[in-house]
Amino acid sequence: MENTIIVDKVSKTLGKKMVLKDINLSMEKGQIYGLIGPSGAGKTTLVKMIVGMEKADTGSIQVLDKKVPNLQLLNDIGYMAQADALYTELTGRENLKFFASLFKMNKTEQKQRIAYASELVNLTEELNKRVSAYSGGMKRRLSLAIALIQNPKILILDEPTVGIDPELSFSIWNELFRLKNEEEKTILVTTHVMGEAEKCDHLAMVREGCILTKGTPKELKEHYKVDSLEDVFLKAGGIK
Amino acid sequence: MRTKALVSRICQQMLRDKRTLGLLFVAPLLILTLMYFIFNGNAVDPKLGVVNVSKSLAEALEKNDINVIEYEKDDNQIIISDNLDGLLLVEDSKLKLTLQNSDPSKAKALQMKINQAVVTQAQVKNVAAPALKAPSIDVSYLYGDSETTFFDVLSPILVGFFVFFFVFLISGIGLLRERTTGTLERLMATPIHRKEVVFGYLIGYGIFAVVQTVIVVLYSVNVLDITLVGSIWNVMLINLLLALVALSLGIFLSTFAASEFQMIQFIPIVIVPQVFFAGIFPLEGMADWLRGIGKIMPIYYGADALKGLMYKGLSLSDISKDIFVLLTFAIIFIVLNIVTLKKYRKL
Repeated sequence: MENTIIVDKVSKTLGKKMVLKDINLSMEKGQIYGLIGPSGAGKTTLVKMIVGMEKADTGSIQVLDKKVPNLQLLNDIGYMAQADALYTELTGRENLKFFASLFKMNKTEQKQRIAYASELVNLTEELNKRVSAYSGGMKRRLSLAIALIQNPKILILDEPTVGIDPELSFSIWNELFRLKNEEEKTILVTTHVMGEAEKCDHLAMVREGCILTKGTPKELKEHYKVDSLEDVFLKAGGIK
Repeated sequence: MRTKALVSRICQQMLRDKRTLGLLFVAPLLILTLMYFIFNGNAVDPKLGVVNVSKSLAEALEKNDINVIEYEKDDNQIIISDNLDGLLLVEDSKLKLTLQNSDPSKAKALQMKINQAVVTQAQVKNVAAPALKAPSIDVSYLYGDSETTFFDVLSPILVGFFVFFFVFLISGIGLLRERTTGTLERLMATPIHRKEVVFGYLIGYGIFAVVQTVIVVLYSVNVLDITLVGSIWNVMLINLLLALVALSLGIFLSTFAASEFQMIQFIPIVIVPQVFFAGIFPLEGMADWLRGIGKIMPIYYGADALKGLMYKGLSLSDISKDIFVLLTFAIIFIVLNIVTLKKYRKL
């Protein structure tokens, strides 16, 4: 299996606080990688560094064999931020079109991708409505569609299912499975919901800027001799 | 290409926001019109109470556009009760004038008129010395004419100021909203270059600034009939330069604001002091250090150029220094904007 994202001995200090300490991770093609941890653990900072928006103080990050930050690399990374960053005065379609036009795409390709991405998140019917009239879940779905707009090889999703009803969350996960299996994308997901951790191929548990443990859900449970990932988290972190 | 996408998105957003468009296009016209009527109001003849004043002097006073009212006795209370601008009393052939002075400029004007009247009356009385008759002075004006009002001098400054203020406000808050909602950060997670972002915003908001400038200049010249000696194109050019400076300054300062409220707080700090140095108040008498401060204010140069073009009829080459300084301001702010975007992406 080829590694698509390699995080090598990365540390980061914001202000006086050390938010990440000596992080090592490697992700593979066709894999859903979960970063699990409570809020404030440093997940978002790590994700932003992989995208190239923050710079590591020490250590290095490589994505698709290129050193981050790299502007060209952003063509291959679909990023969904924790907060819905949408233009509320515009319609869903206009939002998608704007982000699509930031990538190299011709008109027909653009139309196809907009149709595909909106279909995927079940927003086709609502595309001509202004985003200000969208519900929280719809906004989340539109953000996901925007992350998928340029058909990126790598998807980085920061808390993708927060504020989404279970039914939709289920359908989004199904789509993530499909993207992983059929299109061999690398998908990095952050979450603080343990139930979602179970769905990842590989997990890294983060707390206070450190990685407590990592491995497949099955490996982790076997290693700590417990039945649930919650217990793994508690055992790996608390009783140390 | 990406810049174009950004520009068309900003246009879409602005066109959806009718109220902001209204503020940008209608508010300056409203304020200018209001100022026009305030400054062009007809002067009211001052009311002067007289006690024990000879008939000839009273006539001379009335000739000088003074509303003369005769009173029996001298009492300062009547100035207040009858709202007189002044009370003139003759005592032992000496004149004694009491001024209300609630408006010093009005009081000074009245005093001057009374002086004139007294002098003329003295000459009329003194028939024996006709040589003393005041020689009439033939006045000519280098700029404007005898009909020139304060508004004519003020209006070029106002036109420039309103263009600057509204463009500053709208571009600053527009970009701030992008910062607070996270769309700017999201934008920086795409392969767009930092300079493409800055130029996208400059052009996007710039289009609206151009429309605003054209509307404001055409309205002031054609409807309000503001004195325009120079070419209207040059006036547009200077206003556009001012708008460009306001635009880049607004975008830049929004970096240091965490909310719309904090952006508004820049108005008393950045905008209001510029008014003092715009030439509405005479700069010559200011202390040197104070004038130095004026020289770092963009409106100082914009107002100087506009006054030169609209009122004095100077040509572009006469105000080349102003143009150069304004351009320098714009370039500095644009570069700073490109640099400060590093806050969102280190590349």
